[in-house]
Amino acid sequence: MDLALRLSSDAPHYLSWSWLSVSVPNLIVIGAMIALFVIAIVLPFPKGRHDSREDS
Amino acid sequence: MSTDTARHEAAPAAPATTWIGRLRDLLQRKLPYDKLLPETQPAYMASWIYVFGVLTLGALGVIVASGAVLAFRGPAWYHISTTGLFFNSLHFWSVQLFFLFMVIHLAGKFWMAAWRGKRAKTWITGVVAFVVAVGAALTGYVVQTNFDSQWIAFEAKDGLNAVGIGSWFNVADLGQNLLIHVFLLPAILGVLVAIHLLLVRVHGIVPPIDAAEVVERTTVQEKSQPEEAR
Repeated sequence: MDLALRLSSDAPHYLSWSWLSVSVPNLIVIGAMIALFVIAIVLPFPKGRHDSREDS
Repeated sequence: MSTDTARHEAAPAAPATTWIGRLRDLLQRKLPYDKLLPETQPAYMASWIYVFGVLTLGALGVIVASGAVLAFRGPAWYHISTTGLFFNSLHFWSVQLFFLFMVIHLAGKFWMAAWRGKRAKTWITGVVAFVVAVGAALTGYVVQTNFDSQWIAFEAKDGLNAVGIGSWFNVADLGQNLLIHVFLLPAILGVLVAIHLLLVRVHGIVPPIDAAEVVERTTVQEKSQPEEAR
């Protein structure tokens, strides 16, 4: 709980490159979104019931 | 009475003469029940990238439900009691997931040029819904009634003053922002999402770029073949 309070009350660490400035938490979220996007395209989708069912 | 019955059952439908009749005919033509509530989806949808639209919708459902609970119980409850804090967090984190899913949904649709095949209105309603959701999120942040909301409100106020709209959209006005957050923007977003979903049903889910030609060819073949031959 103490750790959670400290993490939520402290100012986030910022990374800066020239004109670009981004906080580490925001960078993590952006990275997670890009990773999820790539995984969603690459990961095979499980076959559904209808794919193997014989039509009666 | 009997004449009416006979006309409905046997004769071809006469052109509608009222706006309700014309609306009914339009809906029957554009969105028949099997198109509105399909049981199967095209094979090209077997990809995780097609899941993010419905994930966004699911997150929106949690946002609305948890927001309704917060509205009924009020800040004195959701800042103090453990159950209140849980619902407060549920509302906050479902918003985070909503935006995460929506951005991936948006990126996926952008890169597959989802406005193809007369789907421009579907794309536009989605983009406008995204912008309205950003407004709903901002007003949500400034009505948290904590120090974080004060900080965000006064940072945003500087920005809004700088672009000249701070006099009528005042993020430091809790009452104005609360009403915008709990009524105006959710109502607009609800209508936009409903139109977006209906347009998806009318025009169908967009096929991947390299599959579009195959889908078109298959659809033509299926229409020309009897059901049992497939």
